[in-house]
Amino acid sequence: MTANPIVAVEGLNKWYGEFHVLRDIDLEVGRGERIVICGPSGSGKSTLIRCMNALEEFQEGKIVVDGIELGPNLRRVDEVRREVGMVFQSFNLFPHLTVLENCTLAPIWVRHIPKKDAEAAAMKYLERVRIPDKANKYPGQISGGQQQRVAIARALTMNPKIMLFDEPTSALDPEMVKEVLDTMVDLAKEGMTMLVVTHEMGFAKEVANRVVFMDAGQIIEANTPANFFANPQHARTKLFLGQILR
Amino acid sequence: MSELAEPFVRTALAPERRAPISTTGFVGFVRTRLLNTPTNALLSIIGILLLWFTIVPTVKFLLFDAVWQGSDRTACLAENAGHTVGACWPFVQAKFTQFVYGFYPEPERWRVNLTFALAAVLLLPLLIPKVPAKVPNALLLFLAFPVVAFFLLHGGGLGGFAVGWTADALSNLILSIGDAGAKLTSLGLTAHPLAALPLKWLGDVVVILGTAALYLVFPLVWLKQQIQASGQPVWADFAATAVIVSLGLFVLNGAFRNGWRALVLSLAVFAGIGIVIAVMGLDRGGLPVVDTRLWGGLLVTLVVSVTGIVASMPVGIALALGRRSTIPLVRMFSVGFIEFWRGVPLITVLFFATYMLPLFLPGNFTVDGLVRVLIGIALFAGAYNAEVIRGGLQALPRGQTEAAKALGLSHWKTTGLVVMPQALRHVIPGLVNSFIALFKDTSLVSIVALFDLLGSLRASFADPVWATPTTLFTGFAFTGIIYFVFCFAMSRYSLFVERRLNVHQRS
Repeated sequence: MTANPIVAVEGLNKWYGEFHVLRDIDLEVGRGERIVICGPSGSGKSTLIRCMNALEEFQEGKIVVDGIELGPNLRRVDEVRREVGMVFQSFNLFPHLTVLENCTLAPIWVRHIPKKDAEAAAMKYLERVRIPDKANKYPGQISGGQQQRVAIARALTMNPKIMLFDEPTSALDPEMVKEVLDTMVDLAKEGMTMLVVTHEMGFAKEVANRVVFMDAGQIIEANTPANFFANPQHARTKLFLGQILR
Repeated sequence: MSELAEPFVRTALAPERRAPISTTGFVGFVRTRLLNTPTNALLSIIGILLLWFTIVPTVKFLLFDAVWQGSDRTACLAENAGHTVGACWPFVQAKFTQFVYGFYPEPERWRVNLTFALAAVLLLPLLIPKVPAKVPNALLLFLAFPVVAFFLLHGGGLGGFAVGWTADALSNLILSIGDAGAKLTSLGLTAHPLAALPLKWLGDVVVILGTAALYLVFPLVWLKQQIQASGQPVWADFAATAVIVSLGLFVLNGAFRNGWRALVLSLAVFAGIGIVIAVMGLDRGGLPVVDTRLWGGLLVTLVVSVTGIVASMPVGIALALGRRSTIPLVRMFSVGFIEFWRGVPLITVLFFATYMLPLFLPGNFTVDGLVRVLIGIALFAGAYNAEVIRGGLQALPRGQTEAAKALGLSHWKTTGLVVMPQALRHVIPGLVNSFIALFKDTSLVSIVALFDLLGSLRASFADPVWATPTTLFTGFAFTGIIYFVFCFAMSRYSLFVERRLNVHQRS
């Protein structure tokens, strides 16, 4: 597949107790590649990307992220997390810190960057997601779309090589989906490697290099967006697309 | 049902108008809230009557019928005052110093006042959000002040400093290990033949280990002996400690590259400690010792409650985290500890600490009675706080820790920077609840022969000079007011803090 993958997942298997959530997942992500992962709820798509920054452990297989190998025992967790940024469905901003403090917490405490430099850098990222004017507000004082953009900026402050998005727009009001998607499109245009769990098929068509469809813990189909939407192969994919594209 | 609704587009916005007069203002309030229905009118009347029957006699007792001047009981007797006598305030005036200081010797009472003043000077800026330098202020209050307060209130001086203490503690520990080894060996000589040999070997090994360890700490012990031999043991030891610690910090923080800041900071702290030692004359024996048995009154109440409140917080946080730990041993210890202290009444704890603990401790090893009570109360309150804090931890969504971890924060940084600040904010009402309860529970120390505010009051009742029919009521009213002022202040301040910290939850 890809010559020099930045993420390589091999033979990944994961169980929650007796429940087999991820089955024999093999996936390679090239540098700068943008992959959209979709599928019905409970298909294991969130669990898969959460495994990639060691928020979940797994029982079998291995994940190599930029040369750092994550085995079942999750030893090199800290190194991997420094390479990978993550954006959550429910934003998960720290409500007791201002927007700016949210964005400087990790640079100051993990990278040991002086406070002034960290703030300057954070302001740069806040400008990039177009909300520098909210820097001194608390997360509770800004809208959901703004919160999610802050969450993106917060992840970017750690200079990740890969960005994971776990349904970034599904907790948002319809009016705010666009501003977050626009931010993600900008990010994609700058060449960031992105893995996005989403049902925004418009986004998939616009920026994805590949669409991966999952069901029951397995990858059912993976293809370029054009082929995936125009010419789905697997019966389950056809059913899924029939349900969501009306 | 209506007809099909006509299309509607608003053309003019409805203007804002004043509320009807009958619902605002005092008259409106009375009309709409107090007298709007017959039941409410009845309840209002009963309420007003209740207030009348409680507040009027109280004010009458405390102010109008009160006796304000006098030098003994005769002033507070109805036949001398010429009217029914309420509160006998001269009694409080006469006993006021006893209520505040207990039996603290009179010439030394300035030390208590100075401690109170120091505490106020350090505490007030910390309580006012606008005053800067919170971190050094908090360090001074929570680390430096307790030590200074100890030497101020208790008196006494230093015989050495950290080098001496460390050398003593280590060599005592090692000597007791060697001792245990020797005992095992001798036990091996008399024990059953089967057990004899392993016991002897074990004993020999322990003795050898102890001897080896003794050689390891020999440089330290030698240094201590040199220091003791010098004319100024305290200052020599102090200088040695300052040099060792400062150099250690200098090297740990990156030596010649960027260790200078740590070096300067450490030297400044030692300079501060040195000044305190010099000013208080700790190297020359310090202030005259006032035994804690002589302490009393408000002094004891404040010392016990403040120490209890401050010390119970770290205990509570540690236990709350321990109870949620993934390490089974830590979790079991925390659960056991919390359940034990919560299952035992405070009176039992105090009794145990005061009267039974000395029986279990080795003969020459004694801890001051007040200190034992302080430790008991801190652990007791800590167990309660732990459960309150655990409630806050559980209220936190899992996404918060996940987000922190995804940013690369370690477990402890996640706990300290993201989890704890939020959890503690959630539980301010619960924590202040237990602080207030603790403040009032300190009056229980009077059953272990410590005379706190209430204890001093009851002791003062025994004075025949002031035996009048209303002395008892006056005394309890006075102490009640003092307790109320402190508890009410804590309560209001916590509300203020809550509102300030929850700024982010208002939009």
